[in-house]
Parts: sequence; C-alpha cells; structure tokens
Amino acid sequence: MRSFTYERAPDAAGAAKTAAEHPGARFLAGGTNLLDLMKLEIERPRHLIDVGRLPLAEIAETADGGLRIGAVVTNTAAASDRRVRTRYPVLAQALLSGASAQLRNKATVGGNLMQRTRCPYFYDAAKPCNKREPGAGCSALGGLNRGHAILGASEACVATNPSDMAVALSALEAQVETVTATGATRSLALDEVHRLPGETPHVETNLEIGELVTAIVLPPPPEGRQEYRKVRDRASYAGGLFSLALAGERMAMGAVALKPWRASKAEAARAAGASPAEAAEAELAEARGLGRNDFKITLARRVMAAALEGTPLR
Amino acid sequence: MSSITDYALPNPVNQNRSGIIGRAVDRYEGPLKVSGTAPYAAEVKTPSPPAYGVFVGAEIGCGWVRAVDDVAAKAAPGVKLVWHVFDQPPGQGEAGAKSYVQGQAVADPVFVNPKVRFFGQPVALVVADTFENATAAAGMVRVSYEEDPEAEYEFQPADAAPAENDQDSAVGEFELAFAEAPIQLDEVYETPIQNHCQMEPCATTAWWEEGTVQVNTSVQMIKGPQHLVAETLQIHRENVHLMSLYVGGGFGGKGSSYEDLASAALASRVLRQPVKIVLTRQQMFNATVHRPATVQRVRLGATPDGRLTALSLMVATHCARNAPFIERAAAFSRALYAAPNRLTGHRLQLLDIAVASAMRAPGEASGMMSLEAAMDELADRLGLDPIELRIRNEPDKHPESGQPYSARQLIECMQDGAAKFGWNKRNPKPGQTRDGRWMVGMGMAAAIRGNFLLPAKASLKVDAEGNIRLRQGMTDIGTGSYTILAQIAAETMGVPLEKVIVEIGDSGFAPAPGSGGQFGAASAGSGALAGGMALRAKLTEMAIADPASPLYGAAPEAVEFRDGLITVENRSETLAALVTRLSPEGIEAEGSSSPAPDIRQFASYSHGAQFAEVGVDTITGEVRLRRMLGVFACGRILNAKTAKSQITGGMIWGVGTALTEINRVDPRYGSLGSQDLGTYFPPVHADIANLDAYFLP
Repeated sequence: MRSFTYERAPDAAGAAKTAAEHPGARFLAGGTNLLDLMKLEIERPRHLIDVGRLPLAEIAETADGGLRIGAVVTNTAAASDRRVRTRYPVLAQALLSGASAQLRNKATVGGNLMQRTRCPYFYDAAKPCNKREPGAGCSALGGLNRGHAILGASEACVATNPSDMAVALSALEAQVETVTATGATRSLALDEVHRLPGETPHVETNLEIGELVTAIVLPPPPEGRQEYRKVRDRASYAGGLFSLALAGERMAMGAVALKPWRASKAEAARAAGASPAEAAEAELAEARGLGRNDFKITLARRVMAAALEGTPLR
Repeated sequence: MSSITDYALPNPVNQNRSGIIGRAVDRYEGPLKVSGTAPYAAEVKTPSPPAYGVFVGAEIGCGWVRAVDDVAAKAAPGVKLVWHVFDQPPGQGEAGAKSYVQGQAVADPVFVNPKVRFFGQPVALVVADTFENATAAAGMVRVSYEEDPEAEYEFQPADAAPAENDQDSAVGEFELAFAEAPIQLDEVYETPIQNHCQMEPCATTAWWEEGTVQVNTSVQMIKGPQHLVAETLQIHRENVHLMSLYVGGGFGGKGSSYEDLASAALASRVLRQPVKIVLTRQQMFNATVHRPATVQRVRLGATPDGRLTALSLMVATHCARNAPFIERAAAFSRALYAAPNRLTGHRLQLLDIAVASAMRAPGEASGMMSLEAAMDELADRLGLDPIELRIRNEPDKHPESGQPYSARQLIECMQDGAAKFGWNKRNPKPGQTRDGRWMVGMGMAAAIRGNFLLPAKASLKVDAEGNIRLRQGMTDIGTGSYTILAQIAAETMGVPLEKVIVEIGDSGFAPAPGSGGQFGAASAGSGALAGGMALRAKLTEMAIADPASPLYGAAPEAVEFRDGLITVENRSETLAALVTRLSPEGIEAEGSSSPAPDIRQFASYSHGAQFAEVGVDTITGEVRLRRMLGVFACGRILNAKTAKSQITGGMIWGVGTALTEINRVDPRYGSLGSQDLGTYFPPVHADIANLDAYFLP
C-alpha cells in the first residue's frame, strides 16, 4: 500500500471541493472496496477524504411519498429499514444478496454505487487492463470470461458492474443526488450514473471530478410485484452470474454489462402485448457471448421469461 | 508392539476406565483460539520489533529473470534489504544438498536461480520496517523477464504419460473381460484444479538467539521444515528451533513449506532483527500448491444381476515440471469393490504452472467422484438400487492383494445411513421429484480412505503438584490434536484432564509425524500412550523400591494409576507425594510406538457412506444441497466432538469439491484465473443445509 494523506471532510460541499483540488484523491466511506484495491495497489490515491461521518446517514420520507436514503447509510441499515422492506422489497432483497453481513455492516449505499468491477483481470496488476491502464488492452476478452458482459461491452472492456443494489434502483427509477466541486447540487437518474465502456472503460461514471453522491432518492413504489433474483455459483457471498430486478412493470438486469441494464426493450415489448418469451428475446437480441459466458444469454432469457410469467424466482 | 492384534490387549486407552477416551471434550486450546490469543506464526511476540518481508511474484508463467531494477525499492522508506537472483541472500546451501544423511529435507535456497517455473513464483524479497513499507517497495521492484517459448500451461490429457514410480495395477484380463461383459459402462469424468484455501496463510516469524534461529511457522509437519532451514542456512539442525504451535488449516497445503520459511531465517540472520513474512491471499493461490485437474475414464463390465466382471479407472492428471506429484485418483479403487478383472493407473503431464500437491483426501476426493458416479450409472442401467449394487460387489478380502481387511463396515455404513436418511423414499427415476421450481434428487456414495500408522514418540513428565506435561513434536492443524493428546495422557496416567498440560509443535520435543493423510491421531496418540506407559513403568519402579512409599515391595504388575494416585489394592499415595519425595524437579519418561511388523499383512481402511439430497433450479440450473448425512467407521473415536467436527468439515469440503470450487489456468499466462476468495468459492453457511454425521462403533 502506498502512503497517502487523510482528512475528515467537514461537509459534503467541502469534500467535493477538496477532491477536485487534489488530483488522485478518493472519497472514503465504508472502504470495503477501496481499501482492498489500495492493498493491491490497483488504487493508489494520494489523498483520502473521509466522508463516512458526514450527516448523510438518514433515511427520510420525501414529499411525494418516496424515500431519500443518505449516501452513508450502510447497506445493512438500508436493507433492514422497515419502510424499505415493506415498500421497496426489491431493494432490500438486492442489498441482502450482496457481499456478506460483515461487509454490508460497513459498506454504504453511496459507495455501493461507486464500487468498481470485480473482473479478475482488473484485480491482477500483472495482466493488461484498459481500466487500470488505458490502452494496455483487455485480457478478459480472450481469457477466462465466464462472468463477463453480454450486453454493451466493447473491444476495450467486457467487465460487469458488481452492484446488486444498483440493479434494483434502476428498476425503481431512482434518482441520485450529488454535490459538485462548485458546491452545486444536482440529480441524475440512476441509469445516467454509470457508463458503458466504449473506448474509455477507465471513465466509469458520468460524475464530474470531485462530485460526491449525497443521497439516493426513491420515487413512490410502483404498483405490483417486486422481486430480486440473483443467480450465482454458491448460495451466498458470491458475485452474480445474472440477476433480475422486477418492480411492477419495470425490470433491470445485473451482471450482464458494465452498468445496471434497464430492460426497457422488454418492458416496451410487454406493453405492446408480447409474450414473456418474446419480451425476453427483444431485450437480449443484441446480447453477445464471449465463448465462456454464452450461457448467460440463455440464462437471462429464461429468468426474465419466468419472471414475466409470474413464477416466483426466490 | 509385535503384532497388529496387540492393539486389542488391555492398555489404559483400551480399558478407558474414566471414560474420557471418546468423550466430547471441548478443545484444549479452544479458549485461546476464540479469544484471539493463540499466537499463530505471524502473531508470536518477538524479543524486539520485527521487520516485515514481502515477496515480489513472477509476472510470467515460465522463463528467466534477466534483470532486476531495485533502485527505487531500495530507496523507498523503511527498506532494509532487497534480495533477488542478482543480489542473493548470503550463506545458502547448494540446491538439493544434504549434509545430514538421515535428514528429512535438502537445502532449498531462495533467489539463486533465474528460472521462473510458474506464475507468481517469488522472484524478489523486500524487507522493511513496516508491512506497508515493504509492500509499497515490493511494488517498485522492476523485473525483466525472458519468456520460455516452450512453456506448456494447458492440461492436455492426451499428452499425459506413464509416470516414474507409479505402476498400473492389473489383475486378470481387463480388456478381454470388459469386451465380453453383458453390460458395459464407459464414461469419462473431469475434475478441475482446486485450492486449499486455509484461513491462515503461510507465514514465518524468525529471530536469532545465541546462534540458534527461532522459527515460528505454519506447517503440518515439524522435522522436514526444521531440516530444510538447517540445510539451506548451512547450520546444524540443533541450531534450528522450529515451532508450529497453532495452524489455521493445512488440508495438505502445509505439508510442504514455502519461501517464507528460509527467507525469514536468512533475512533475520543478516539484519540481526526478527523478520516476519506472511504470504498474501493471492500468493496462497499462485505460489503454494493446488489439487491438479483430472480426466478419468471409468469402464465397468457387469453381469445382468449386477456382479462386476471388469473394473477400470484410468486417470490423467498433471503436475509441475520440476515437482513430481501424482494425484493418485485411481489408488482407492483397488480396495473398494470386487471384480476379477481390473486395470487402474495414472498418466501424468508435466506443466509449467504452480506445483500440484496433496489436498483434502488426495486421490480419493478426485477419484471417488468418478467411480461412484459410474456405479450409480450402472445401477440405473441394471435397474438396481445403488446400495444393492455396491453390496453385490462387496469383497471378502482386498480384491487385488488378497489380504484380509483389518475391519470393514462399509455395508453397515450404507444400510444404517440409508435407514436414517430415508433412502427408501428415493424415486430412482431421475427428474420425478419436484418442489416448486426445484427438481430434487437423492444420491449416495461409498467412502474409503487408507489407514497409515507411522512411528511416533512422546515424553511425559509429572511434577511435584501431580501435573502431567506431555511434549511431542506433533501439530494441531485444527483437527483436535491438543485435545486428544490431553485425553490420552489423562487416562494413561489416571489424572483428571485439568491436570494435563499439552505442549506440541516444537522441534525440540520427541518427534511425531505431524498432521496429514489419516496418520496424525493414530500415530501421535499411540506415541502418547507409549510415553505414558514409560512414565508409569518408571514411577512404578521408583515407588516399589522406595521404603518410604506405601507401595514399597509391591509387585509391579499390580500397580495402578487412578484419581491422581499410584496404588496397589488399598495402599496408595498421590503422584505429587511420590515426586515431591523422590525427585521434586519432576520425573520424565519418553516412549515410542511403531507400527507392528505384521501391519502390512492387513488391508486397513476407514469406510463410510454419504447421502445427499440436492435440488436443481429448473429455471437457472443452480444446484443446491438440501440435506446430507455421513456415516463412518473409523475405528476408535478419541473425541466425539473433534472427530465429528473433522468429518463434517470433510463433508463440507466435499460439497465444495463437487459443487462450488473450481479454478482454471489462463493458458496465455500460465496463471490461475481465481487468485482470491472473492472469485474462488469454498462453500459458505448458506450452502450447507442440514448436514450431519455419525460414527459406527
């Protein structure tokens, strides 16, 4: 681990300002992803700005009947909040399907959004990776890529976003509130936060330099069924091979792309009267396997079709 | 011991008068472990502040180190030394040299060869004042390599060839009998590379005291690593005091030692300061050992009524080019089922990847999967119950050597377990039992594992308070050695458990073979009993010769030890009184046990049967264990609690082996795809539902 300086941020705007002024600075909250990466020297921040004690740990009702979840609310606190559990079960289920109890106790919802891919080649500094070193090449493309993307990938990067929470938030059409380095606040749709890799997989979000997530805002819960189903190689504490968030008429998929994948094509097909299988096919028509992960396309079709048929998935 | 049958003769463990042998006694060292105060190798208190070593791993799979730029690393904060092939540790023995003819190891010098044999192999060591500084500086070492274009990384079963020191075992005429068999089954099964995943990584802390190096390390056996340090550092073995007091899991992977061992001792010698080296989790995957992959062809020929006429298990596997090892996945099959015509053996491919070695029931874990799955396939073909098929092929003696079994309760294990598991509710037709979207199936498999007894010694000492201290160069890798040795010492000396002190894991103690492949408890326990008997004999001799003793003049064969007393009929005195009077500093004796000369005349195995109910999600294909039961016959159980923990732990590892654990080589780099516990999956709690086990008496 490289030496770094550390400060505890006085307030959110101050944190954002400081981050913009310090090239190579990183926000620290739960540290469950950043510290791992620092130990491996995948992340080498020169300055850490601790935002974990900012007064952003509240879950509050919004005027329109939704919830605002502060950025440093822990995953455990969010998942166990009665309002989240009863009104947004898909979110509680997604949170609880991520990581382990110990990690969820430390990890924050803001950090959850900002976590980096678990691609093993990203984690292995001995192998080329365009995320770590732009232009170096992607070793996953021709490698052991069973867990990799089937949608929205590029020659430069085939990694996936590891967040379960973000998949549920996509289906719930959550907004993400931030403060920028100038002190301005803004609100982005969850689906606008993360980027597909394109030619620049090292640019992972549409946030500006220094911009700090301050809250996740849930609109009023949608009518109808909510469910989160994560398919994985063991029953707990494992990254997903595929996941599906269902929130009323809306769906999003996880572990298929470098961002939570809102299934808007399937939703539209369904609204136009398509069968469950046809809707799933519409969403996955452009899916491309890399060889070892071809099974994910079939898996995604089957799970989505079953969900649309009303089969309980958990 | 003159004959294997002598084990049935009366001795304190057989007689078990206090009933402590076999009892579910809590772990001797449990309070230390659960309170975090048991000092593991990286946690021992050093006499002065230690320096910390971190390895730089090779970033190619095979080739040569051609240059090392260590300028930045040497200039980095806190760095004390940097070693690599161009700046080697001083004073090492030649690779392979052995000055102590009876020694259990040869010199294994570090950083003396530019050859890179596998990805992640340590190619440099950085020692600094803190772990963080050492890690940062290790990241600054720039190594230039030349890759070997001849390197082979990918397992090609067709390229596997007969290995030295491993003969096929052939009985009768297999090919002919198989060709003529009315029912033929010919199946191929594959198993992947798997990793040990010990919770405690390999680690060594070393310092010097008056010419002797004090080495705390995490290993399964004591003598080999002690001798390795002596040969590598070119010092006398008496000047290597090696300790492995607590081991956070071995599973075969700590049956060997790694670069941390010699490196810590060497760096400590140069720096005149304690040095601590802990492998990272990534290095545990890359730079230690793994269970190699196998491709197994099983051919079974049978009569329509389910008698095997021909049995063959041929295994292709791999190992590192310069570290011969055979995953002997066919060996157990020679002892399991009767069949007059048999052919079993192994083929080996040498690869330029990390070293293959023993892991969690080496051989059986890989091989039983194939033969037992094939037996089930055959049962299905024949319309027979899988247990009935196995019973019909139960041998009355070892099917290849013809030796009698020392014990064989396989059928009892299967039948007892079947009754308790509800095997009769099994629908033999696949895919018929549904639970919502889950398909549910039941299966069973036989279990067998060889019994290996090795020579062992132990010393026992009684002090003036009547405490018994047992010392033995045994290890406890989480299995319960401390506890069973305390039980044996207590029963043998006739004292309560609270009066027993167990000290193990020290090269200065009477040697025992350590922990591994089914020999630990039997060998070390026999040594402890022998040590206790030696002390009893000595105390008896002293008491009956001492006019001040109430036992004066008694016949030695009438002397008994119980309740802290040495006694003959109604005459007795406490051990404490005897010692206080005759030898206040304590009385000590050493005993040794060896396998009886006729042990090889018997086929000696543990047996078992395991039953599982498994669900398959018909939408996703996920496979999940629903319940599991194991029934085992392993001879005398020394501690019901630690034995059950061990056997259920073995079953859980079996679930991992079958369902969740897989590693793969990336053939472009020669590296393993999974290098951490975030991508390699041993089972977690949620995978293990309703799992239980018991032993047959």
